[in-house]
Amino acid sequence: MSPNPGSVARWGLNVYAALGLVYLFIPIGWIVWFSFNQPKGRFNLSWQEFTLDNWRHPFSNENLTNSFVESLKIASISTVIATLLGSLIAIALSRYTFKGSAGLNLFLVLPLTTPEIVLGSSLATLFLDADVTRGFTTVIIAHVGFQVSFVALTVRARVRGFDWTLEQAAQDLGASPMRTFWKITFPLILPGILAAALLSFALSIDDFIITLFNAGSLQTFPLYIYGSFRVQFPPQANVLATVILVASVALMMIGVLRSIRREQRA
Amino acid sequence: MTATVVEPDQTQRVRSGRHVERIGLGALLAAGVLVVLLGARVVTGPLAILVSALLFVTIVGFIVIAILGGPEARRQLAPYGLLKPGMLWLALFYLAPLFTLLKQSLSSLPSRFAVEAEFNWSFGNYADALTDFRGQFTRGFQYAGAATILCVVIGYPLAYVIAFRGGRWKNLLLGLVVVPFFTSYLIRTIAWQSLLADNGPIIDWIERAKLTGPMESLGIMDNGRLLDSAWAVIGGLTYNFLPFMILPIYVSLEKINPALVDAAKDLYSPSTRAFRRVVVPLSLPGVFAGTLLTFIPAAGDFINAEYLGNPNTTMIGNSIQDQFLVQSNTPLAAAMSFVLMAIITVAVLVYTKFMGTEELA
Repeated sequence: MSPNPGSVARWGLNVYAALGLVYLFIPIGWIVWFSFNQPKGRFNLSWQEFTLDNWRHPFSNENLTNSFVESLKIASISTVIATLLGSLIAIALSRYTFKGSAGLNLFLVLPLTTPEIVLGSSLATLFLDADVTRGFTTVIIAHVGFQVSFVALTVRARVRGFDWTLEQAAQDLGASPMRTFWKITFPLILPGILAAALLSFALSIDDFIITLFNAGSLQTFPLYIYGSFRVQFPPQANVLATVILVASVALMMIGVLRSIRREQRA
Repeated sequence: MTATVVEPDQTQRVRSGRHVERIGLGALLAAGVLVVLLGARVVTGPLAILVSALLFVTIVGFIVIAILGGPEARRQLAPYGLLKPGMLWLALFYLAPLFTLLKQSLSSLPSRFAVEAEFNWSFGNYADALTDFRGQFTRGFQYAGAATILCVVIGYPLAYVIAFRGGRWKNLLLGLVVVPFFTSYLIRTIAWQSLLADNGPIIDWIERAKLTGPMESLGIMDNGRLLDSAWAVIGGLTYNFLPFMILPIYVSLEKINPALVDAAKDLYSPSTRAFRRVVVPLSLPGVFAGTLLTFIPAAGDFINAEYLGNPNTTMIGNSIQDQFLVQSNTPLAAAMSFVLMAIITVAVLVYTKFMGTEELA
């Protein structure tokens, strides 16, 4: 078969898209590769020589480790609160038709269309105004704020096609509303809730701008990187970033595999 | 039961249903307003205690009505009850802060060394924000706009190929688009700093490929350097917000029935025209959502400008951060935040009208 203009254009587009994917992975490659670097000074920014030391001692930088632990704690707590509040909103919005739902829907989107710097600085003025010392609790409050909308919209999108008449069927068969919820509704919307919780955990652990305004003297992982980048950039930062990457890829793979298995069963 | 009895009974139920709905919505909105009043400290002292009591009555009253009402009333009140915790959280930690921000932006510092600002309707902060920081505002929106356009140029074809040619690799390819964004935002930007550095690999490739001349004449390189320039900042923004463009475009492309494109081709429409007339219009909601999700965070960003730019490429985010956290001039920072939000809101409204899409999320 001789190449015709159509197939050239077709392959051209595929190559262009592939280059786009490569572009997305260039800095990721750098991060993983430089976790094996033996930097000469305090900045792990130019390649010196290969070493496994950073991986053997990922927690040798105490401040970095503490900030990482702090981030994990904050992300866990804020995700639990936000997932609860957001899922309730999502159930209300998708399960019922009621007066005012359009307006409340719009209100829910607003925090996501507000620049982070406005969210962060406005919340900080609230805390300043009320003489609240900024720290661990205020960071959790700040994170829940942007996670709630995110969870609500994600869960709502996931349960959009849900067949609510199943609830009716269960109740017709004599199940109490409580039993119906735990036996029918909850198991069916659980995958959507878990997906939303995972993503909002990732949002929390990586949040920088809003956290910077509301952390006071608290150091989270991103805040530590930001603060110390003036004086040092340890290779352990790359190690921990790689660990987060691998963990999230693993979780995503589990999700994909599960959905494939479900499709095969269906 | 005969039909004549059922009918008035049902209308009665509908009417009382509307009544119950009104109570539910009213209690939710009232609680929201009271929470904002308390949070933003519009009411203080004894008045605050009164408002707190009122808030307590609204919430408890709602619960009591739900318990005393029949199952039908409970069903109608249920959504308001489910919404209440999350909505009140947003009222207290999203709406109320915007009010304090507004109040702060109209306050002034009594002296240069004062920390606490006094509210006195000082519009001077807005004048300062618009005159002293005009350059930062302009650059912020220019860079965000350029990055958004680049995101469409890079992201649309990528989303198109995944949606229409991904086949059974679709989910995997989509996963690959998302994966990079599970590493730290700051470290990704630091990675670009190292990659674009004067002794970094990208300059090295450009020199080896003898592309320095063309890159200089395009204005991307300056004196053999890539880093510390406007294009480096725009490149960083493009990179960091690209998935926010790809995902919504993919979602809208994925919904398109391939049969529509085939139909257009069957009717002797050349494939470029089929693309223009069928695929593009149907994917516009995705492009719309993508541009908002890219432009809004990019316009307020300061990390890319800080790590990849120079002192002449600072964006409005850098100035807000500096005035708020370094100079401690919170009134000025608040005014700048407000102007930023106002401009973005107006831009979004105009853009929404222009694009004619109401589906945001």
